[in-house]
This record gives sequence, C-alpha cells and structure tokens, in this order.
Amino acid sequence: MWKIIVRRVLVMIPQLFVLSLIVFIMAKQMPGDPFTGLITPETDPNRIEELRQLSGFYDPWYVQYYNWMTNAFQGDFGQSYTYKVAVSNLIGERAFNTFWLAFVSTILVYVIAIPLGVLAGRYQERIMDKTIVLYSFISYAIPTFVLGLIFLFVFGYQLQWFPTSGTVSIHAERGTFEYVWSKFHHLLLPAITYAVLGTTGIIQYLRTEIIDAKMQDYVKTARSKGIPMNKVYSRHIFRNSLLPIAAFLGFTITGLLGGSIFIETIFGFPGMGQLFVSSIGSRDYSVITALVLLYGFLALLGGLLSDIIMSIVDPRIRID
Amino acid sequence: MSFMQIQDLCVHYPIRGGFFNTVIDHIYAVDGISLSFDRGKAYGLVGESGCGKSTTGKAIIGLEKITSGKVFYEGQDVTNQRRKRNSAYNRDIQMIFQDSHSSMNPRKRVLDILAEPIRNFMSLSPQEERKRVNELLEIVGMNEDVLLKYPHEFSGGQKQRLGIARAVACNPKLIIADEPVSALDLSVQAQVLNFMKDIQEEYGLSYLFISHDLGVVKHMCDYISVMYKGRIVESGTRQDIYENPQHIYTSRLLSAIPSIDPETRMERKKIRQQVELNYLKKQHKYYDEHGKAYPLVDLSPTHKAALAIAGRE
Amino acid sequence: MNKLLSVKQLRISFRIRDTFYAAVDNVSLSLHKNEILAIVGESGCGKSTLATSIVGLHHTNHTKVEGEILYRQQNLVQFSENQFNKLRGNTIGFIFQDPLSALNPLMRIGEQIAEGMIYHARLNKTERADRVLQLLEQVGIPDPPRVVRQFPHQLSGGMRQRVMIAIALANKPEIIIADEPTTALDVTIQAQILDLLKELQAETQTGIILITHDLGVVAEVADRVAVMYAGQVVEEAPVEILFGSPKHPYTRSLLKSIPQANEKQGKLEVIHGIVPSLMKLPREGCRFAPRIPWIDDSAHEKEPVLHEVEPGHFVRCTCWRHFDFQEEVQLT
Repeated sequence: MWKIIVRRVLVMIPQLFVLSLIVFIMAKQMPGDPFTGLITPETDPNRIEELRQLSGFYDPWYVQYYNWMTNAFQGDFGQSYTYKVAVSNLIGERAFNTFWLAFVSTILVYVIAIPLGVLAGRYQERIMDKTIVLYSFISYAIPTFVLGLIFLFVFGYQLQWFPTSGTVSIHAERGTFEYVWSKFHHLLLPAITYAVLGTTGIIQYLRTEIIDAKMQDYVKTARSKGIPMNKVYSRHIFRNSLLPIAAFLGFTITGLLGGSIFIETIFGFPGMGQLFVSSIGSRDYSVITALVLLYGFLALLGGLLSDIIMSIVDPRIRID
Repeated sequence: MSFMQIQDLCVHYPIRGGFFNTVIDHIYAVDGISLSFDRGKAYGLVGESGCGKSTTGKAIIGLEKITSGKVFYEGQDVTNQRRKRNSAYNRDIQMIFQDSHSSMNPRKRVLDILAEPIRNFMSLSPQEERKRVNELLEIVGMNEDVLLKYPHEFSGGQKQRLGIARAVACNPKLIIADEPVSALDLSVQAQVLNFMKDIQEEYGLSYLFISHDLGVVKHMCDYISVMYKGRIVESGTRQDIYENPQHIYTSRLLSAIPSIDPETRMERKKIRQQVELNYLKKQHKYYDEHGKAYPLVDLSPTHKAALAIAGRE
Repeated sequence: MNKLLSVKQLRISFRIRDTFYAAVDNVSLSLHKNEILAIVGESGCGKSTLATSIVGLHHTNHTKVEGEILYRQQNLVQFSENQFNKLRGNTIGFIFQDPLSALNPLMRIGEQIAEGMIYHARLNKTERADRVLQLLEQVGIPDPPRVVRQFPHQLSGGMRQRVMIAIALANKPEIIIADEPTTALDVTIQAQILDLLKELQAETQTGIILITHDLGVVAEVADRVAVMYAGQVVEEAPVEILFGSPKHPYTRSLLKSIPQANEKQGKLEVIHGIVPSLMKLPREGCRFAPRIPWIDDSAHEKEPVLHEVEPGHFVRCTCWRHFDFQEEVQLT
C-alpha cells in the first residue's frame, strides 16, 4: 500500500509542473497588465515604464517563469497590487477561513447525505425513496445564490439565528472559547447552505450503489446464513456501497474549496473565493495566478486523497 | 497438405511492478505453440481456464499482439498482415465467439451484420450482396423475415447461428470457434454443433475449436491439443488423446470428465482419485524446474506429448 | 424412510405487468435424510426458482408462492422473514453457483464463515474461531489459520467454493441446497468439489438438493433425480433408473443430445422447436407436446399427471408410451 501511495505522490510532480506552466502562460495571455489598474490621468507614463522594467515585465518568458516558480517554492507569490501586502499572507488568512468552511461543510454533507442515500436505496420506489429523490432534485435544481439568499433572509434577518456576514464577532477576544464559538457560529449558515447543495450527488450515488449491492450474490449468501435484514445492511450492503463514496471524499473537499465563490460572496465571508472574485475585478495578477495554482494543486491533492482512501478501505487494492 | 502453420507462437504480457513500474516479469499466456491445419479437418484446443487457449485463438486471428513466432498461410508469412484490412488472410480466417450476443452491434440489423464482411472483402453489387445474404440465411436455416430484426430479438441458439453465418459469409478456409456453445442449453448446443458439422462437410471448412468441454471437443474434432500454462502438453488424433493419453495432465483432465453412467461412478471415482494421487506424486517428472511443460516429443506420426527425453529424468 | 422436507403442489408465480405467471407449477417432491436429490433442467425450467423459494430467498414483492413446503411439521410457505432467519444457515444451508460473487469482497474469510454462527449457535468468540478452523479443515483447505485472515480475491475458484461449503456446513444443517455449485469451475476442480460434497454428505447424513443443468454432474453424485421442463417435474426416478431406462420424451431427448466422451461421433439429438417463454407457456395439456409434433395428439393426456411406472419412478403424461424419435419414426 505504501508503494502505491508513494508512487502516486511521485506522479504528482510532473502534473504540478504542467499545471504551473499552464497557469503561467494563461496569466501572460491576459489582456492588460497589472499597472493598467494604477493608471490615472496624473500618472507619469515613464513611471509606469520604470515599474514594468523593475518587475521583470520585459524578460523572456522562461526567465519570468523561472523567477516566479523559484519564488513560489519559497512561499513568495509576490505582492498584491491592490492590497499592497504579500500574496502569501493575503491568501493564508483567507485560506484558513475557507478551509474551516469546507471542513464543516464536508462533515455536514456526509451527515445529511449518507442516511438519506441509504434510506432511499433500501426503500427503493417507496414513499421514503420518492421523497428523498424529490428533495435531492430540488436541491440540485436550485441555484446557489437563490438558496443562499433565502437562508440569509430567513435564518439571518427574520429569525436572527445566525450572523449575516464576517467570520467572527468583533467583540470576541482571541483565544477565548467565545471566540471559537463565534467563528463556528459565523460559518455555520454558509456551511449548511453549502451542504444542502452538495448532498445531491452523494445521495444519488449512494442510492444507486445500495440498489446495486442489494442484488449482489454475496447479499443472497448473507441472507442464506440467516442474518437479519438490518445486519445484512450494516455489515454487507452498507460497507460495499460506501466504498466508492469514500473515494469521493477527496474530490468533495476539493470541490467545496473551489466552489466557495458564490457562497462567500453572498455571506460576506472573507475566504479564498471572495478574494478570487475581487482579484479578477482588479486584475491583481499575482493573486490570481497564485490562487489558480492553489486550486489546481488542491484538485490534484483531492485525487491523491481519494486514491489513498480507496487503497486503505479496499482489500483488493491493499493486498495484491 | 496443410494450408496454414503456426510456428512457435508466443504471447507474453509484461508484469509491471517495483517502484518505477518497470517490467519485472512476464505472464507467459502463450508460450511456444505450433499448430498446422489441413483442409476440412477440425482441430480442438482444450485446457482449463487460464491455460491460454483463447489467447492462442485471438493471436492467430490478429486480436492479440504476437510476442514472437510466425503464422504461415498458403506458404506465405502473414504474421504482420494479420491486422491489415482487406488481406486475404483476414477474409479466409474467421472467428466465432462464445457470447454471440455481445459480439454483434445491438444497433445493427441482421442484414447489416451479415453484409459487413461481404462489403469489406467482396466487391459485389447491392443485388448480389442481398443474394449472398439470403444464401447465408438459408445455410443457417433461417428465412428472410429476420433480415430487418435486431440481435436482441433472437434466442441464444439463433444468435450463435447468425454468428456462424457471419463467419462463413466470405467462404473462409478456417473458422476459429472460441467456446461457441458454452453459453447454450444442452438441446440448443446440440443443434449448433450439428449445424457446424454440416457446413464443415459441405464447404470443406477447417475448424479450430477452443473449448473447456472435453465431450464437445471429442465430438467435433479430428485432432486435439491439450494446453497447460501456455504450452501444449499433448496433441494427437482423437483416439491418441482419449484412448492412449501419455502426459499425466491429459490423464488427469480426462479422468475428471463426468460421465452419464451412474452405475460405474464408484469405480470412476476410484480411478480419478488414483490419477490425482499419481499426479501429485509424479507431476514433477512431467514439468521442468520452472513448472513448464517440456517440448513435444513424437510418439507416433500423429501423436506428440511433452515428455522429458529419456535419460534426462 | 426419513423424510426431511416435502414440497406439495407448489406453485410459484412471477408478476409481469400485473399478471402472475407460474414459473413453477404444481411441483411435488420430497427429500430424505442422507440423500442427494438432483433437480435438473435447462435454463428457465424453474429449478432455481424452486430452490430459492424453499428458504424464502425469492423477491417477495413480485413473487407469489402457493402450496405447501413441509419442514418439521411446519408450512414454510407461510413463514415470515424472521421465521426463515431461524432456519437459514442453521438447519438449512445454501451453496451458490459463482463463489467469487457469492462472497463479500471486503470481509475476511474467517469472518464470513463465523457470521452465520453468531445468530444460530451459542458459542463464544474463541469457540467460534475454533469451529471456523475445524470447518476449513473439513472442506479440505490447506493452512486454515492463514486462510481465515485472507480475503476472497486471494483464493482460487475451487478454494472459494470450499469456503462456501464451509459456510453452509457451519451449523451442521440437516438440508443443504446447492444451486449449480460447480458450474463456474474447471472440470478437475468440479470433480474435487463433487467428491467433497458426496463425502461430507455421507459423513453428516445431510440431505442435499442439487440444482444443475449438467446431466454428467447428476450421474456422478445424485441418488434421486427430478427432471423439470417448463415449470413441471416431467420425470422422477432413482439415478440408475433415470439414466438406464429413461421414459419421458424430454429426458430421452436430452440424454441423446449430450456430446458424450464415450459415444461415437454422430448426429446429436435436437429437440424440435424452442422452450416457450413464461408468458406463452401452454397451461393445458402436455407441455412437451409442441416439441414432439410427430406424436399424435391422442397419445397425450388431457391433464397430464405423474404416473408411477415402477416403484419410485414417476413419468408425467402418457405420451412416453407412444414416443419414438423422429428419425426412427421416419425409418419405419
């Protein structure tokens, strides 16, 4: 198993290289340059030219790429032109917020989706199944911002159960329990919204897996041993159906990290998604390239995570 | 006179492993098989699952890459022509598969399924093509009504007959039949086997009959080769193999065939267990140090077996 | 005779578009202690349906079971899932066709064998583990302590089927139902598994119902045979009689269509026509009549029943008395 994992990690190296190259080339192809945003009628064209020289704008592309990569390896993605702080600091703070959001969302997704998927699969074609499928279709059909706004309006403004923006109450002091609670309280509503939207795929997938597994011969064997139906589900059907879902986990996390743009914008939650949107607006190249690279890296990491989970849970992969 | 020879055919698959996924070993799926085919004769290739009999068939027709070895057809080396379209070899050597259902495109009508080889290999006018298709249906005992039907509308036996019709469309010389009746019920199997015999006599076809069912092979074939782990352990006429088996593996295989005579089953069981015991005790004499069968030794003009040459034991 | 199980006038119907069609129709059979009863027939004859519904493993939603399955003075047809669970794996064991798909790929062999004992036997954990090792030994698996910790994919086909047999034997059942237990195996392995089954059966006095399409397998191990055609038993006899002097036209035709290793090459017998589908099955008269059209209608009974033609030998319909193979008819 370790061999599989190490080999899998090694394969990621060329993937990362290609990814960074693509990101770099795409960034270079974008119209304008970072200084376009700084130009006001009072700006001296010579000054802009000087800045361009300084930032290596006229170097050959491979020199620029090399510089960018070596810096990136040291965690230096340059300066944000709009925020005037190091990109790594800027992203670091936001990534932390987004990470927690994604983490709580993932847990909620699975907490909601697994029982619903199992119930739908087990009581296939019954009322229970039909209701769950209806729910999953509605949540699939509803656009993120619509559900986000509804939740914000109902639970945030009307019922006042949750705060409506930010990540922490300004009154909470760092390090206290109150601070942690406040953080959690702030990300709960976006996380729920997220989870509700993210369950569809897993419910449907798990439902089909369960229906599939029910027909398998080993289930017949289990029943022929006289095992009660509930135990047949928990020991045989559930375990086998969960296998592909477990492999899904890696991708789910990546998907949540990457797909946070709308949610963060709607809930005024300062995370990576929100930063991404605002950086595109202001053509903050260094932030954009760093973020795209990060998202790409996370996608690869998600794949890796899925493979690792798979090789742990499936003895057919674990033991050759 | 044999019209086709297979010489020392090998199909090896690499096993990748180690840290960098390099080739560390090979699976010797087919490891030095030689066969030759006479016109109008049926050849059987038997063995247990995984012995490489299907791979041999696929390699001969060009569905598997050959690692080494040669295929001669009508005196010519056709080893590299096997995968070319429109070669005479591809026209004259045809194949029938075990699962006739999945070997037919479900979206094509019978007419198109049967006409496809004709279109590929014979330049016929549409009228002539239609005439040929009707002939084919007549050969397999079906009427013209079926032309516009789709494969799923037929029973297993009918589909297998259509598979045979497709194989004989271009007047082939050799048909490779890979377990053609294993998926069929007994009475349907009998029908297909009878039919295959009929067309063999009528058109002077040769068969390479690949099967795990020793009863079927005995019924159908003049010459039989027994395969074990990619190699032929014994080959000969039907009588050579069934009445005078020389290799211990052949004996073991034959003793395991169930017979429909319940009266003698106790004796058969004793013989079977005797053979099995013998096999466990003596098998090392029949395989070399790597567990492979020895090269074939001529025992009579027709009979060969993979025995250790005397004095080497 | 010690009757273990008797099936009386059993009818099993499937629902197809709101109509029920009987796949097993009016079948009566009994199984005695220490015997192997083979049920043989071609695909779709109802043999597997019969086997699975005896212990209630059929799809209850789409299936209707009528008649009697008597076991220990109880009618299993009226059993609930909970009542069945007390029998299954306990006094009635089951062996399936494909041992790879019949074993859970994610569970260790030992666990899969021990599982059945949890619900039926009063054994503690160590006793169960000992029993598992003992069972593996009994079915001829080398090195049981290692195999216990292995997963199904690590074993060969023959070894997997031995594991299935161990599962069936776990609680020392009175009855084992084996549904095509050797169909997925090579001939040499098949011979080993059949010998094993026969030996275990003699040792434990179990009654085995063997479902198969292979007449060779029947001849090797069965004591009594029931031949099924289109949902009905058409002939039932002790094995020597069935193969020695078969009576029903279907049995005789089947035997003549085997490409047997011992016989001369010649034409194999082909049964005229095809097996009718469930929905088109003739429900009146002799079901085999359309397959032997050269036999006069008057030869068949109006409502064919099983006749006892000699002790223990039953044949359905009277057509067998007038039956000759078509070629023989044409010759005379």
